[in-house]
Amino acid sequence: MSKPETPEPPSREITPEPHYLRRREFLRNAGLGVLTAAATGVGLVRLTSGGPGLARAGQKGTPAPEPQPLKVLGRYSTDEKPSRYDDVTHYNNFYEFGTDKTDPAANSGTLKTRPWTIAVEGLVKKPLTVDIDQLLKWFPLEERIYRMRCVEAWSMVIPWMGFPLGDFIRRVEPLGSAKYVAFQTLLDPKQMPLQRTHILEWPYVEGLRMDEATHPLTLLVAGLYGKALPNQNGAPLRLVVPWKYGFKGIKSIVKISFVDKQPKTTWSIEGPSEYGFYANVNPAVSHPRWSQATERRVGEFERRKTLPFNGYGDEVAQLYAGLDPKTLY
Amino acid sequence: MPPRRPPVPWLKPGLFAGALIPLGVLVWRAAHRTLGADAIAIGLNQLGYLALVFLMASLACTPLKILTGWTWPIRVRRMLGLFAFFYGSLHLLTYVGIDQQLDWAVLWGDVTHRKFMIVGFLAFLCLAPLAWTSTDASVRRLGFARWKSLHRLAYVAGVLAVVHFIWRVKSDVRVPMTWAAILAALFLIRIADSVRTRRRKRARELVAARSVDVGTPG
Repeated sequence: MSKPETPEPPSREITPEPHYLRRREFLRNAGLGVLTAAATGVGLVRLTSGGPGLARAGQKGTPAPEPQPLKVLGRYSTDEKPSRYDDVTHYNNFYEFGTDKTDPAANSGTLKTRPWTIAVEGLVKKPLTVDIDQLLKWFPLEERIYRMRCVEAWSMVIPWMGFPLGDFIRRVEPLGSAKYVAFQTLLDPKQMPLQRTHILEWPYVEGLRMDEATHPLTLLVAGLYGKALPNQNGAPLRLVVPWKYGFKGIKSIVKISFVDKQPKTTWSIEGPSEYGFYANVNPAVSHPRWSQATERRVGEFERRKTLPFNGYGDEVAQLYAGLDPKTLY
Repeated sequence: MPPRRPPVPWLKPGLFAGALIPLGVLVWRAAHRTLGADAIAIGLNQLGYLALVFLMASLACTPLKILTGWTWPIRVRRMLGLFAFFYGSLHLLTYVGIDQQLDWAVLWGDVTHRKFMIVGFLAFLCLAPLAWTSTDASVRRLGFARWKSLHRLAYVAGVLAVVHFIWRVKSDVRVPMTWAAILAALFLIRIADSVRTRRRKRARELVAARSVDVGTPG
């Protein structure tokens, strides 16, 4: 019998069988533990980083347009630093496309903004239906940099492109009996998928008093940052009323009517105790669920004080003279 | 004989590590500024949602055992409950310290005037004593019966947390309502089980009583 090349190890160095088995068991347990950890972790992250009203991760958006040298600011523009283009176009409330802030950017591709017509109805001398491209030739577009204060206590600064709603109103000549202007968003569940649900009463409707509508600050907007309005921001035409909470700025308008009674507005139908017709920005009147005293400017860390009428009090406060501002929520 | 070891030794460490992963992801994304436009609101929402999920998971342990007979859910229940308290605390601290930046006037208004905030805060207050008395020593000190009735507060916290979530969303209540339905189902399972147990016990007592009547030797 030849000697084995490697001598058998002394018996004290041989792993005893129970230890050897325990090592396998240890490896198996470690593997199962890691699997459990991974499954739990991934499951939790997926489950909790979305949800209604819970914005999802920031996604890579469309690249910002070249920063343009600011022209001479009109008298109504703020000189505050505009919010990032990516934030303006990827942090939106547009429930027709989803309730997450990032849903509108992700889902609004289904909206077809050409051809698009806007009907002008009601107490008006010239009822008409006008094509959007025709309408945009009626008035020169101008840039207005406005603060935008959301009722949810965040804010942005947005360089809009638009024209005063007042110019449009004077052109279509409402009758003397017209006291309010009512607006309506497109109703088409094929293009606006969440209109198949009942999370709000569709179509979205908004309204303004005639003097609010003709105030020079009030804009019909067709663009932002010098470009056509992205779908998620309310293409092809939306309303901007900078001294009111953002939800007054109805998007993707298809109808403008002149009426003699205060029109219904979507959020006051949904929660009359939380959202009124006027919705003037007012730090002194809390939302029932949160304070409106301060706001966070998107992209900033510190909160800032919310200003009455969103800082446009000098221009608009006289519209509400004699009315209790606390009733104007 | 080898020392007695739990039959699934990998479960607790695995769950523990997995439960910390969302926090790690959140911190990483916050540090790299990929949380989106309003990062604080997003972090705040996610921490609150994590607290709710862990609370629901801890409440699901007993019903799961009732339905399946498995015993492992009971062994991870304490850990799940403590994670609910952990994420609930981070949610509250983020709101107070980072979102509101210690604006005491606003915070005082929250707990005195806004029912949405009040129910959330009450849910946290329910969890605090449960975390405090989560040790084996506490069970011994209180006695099992008292400890058990104290820990029924977890269900109260569950109801409050779901109401807080429903009031949090503006109009689309589908997801919070799903959690409300889950909570109701968990309640039903426990109620059905306790009815069944009581009935069985009474049947046994009846049989025992009858045996005494006819004088059958025990």
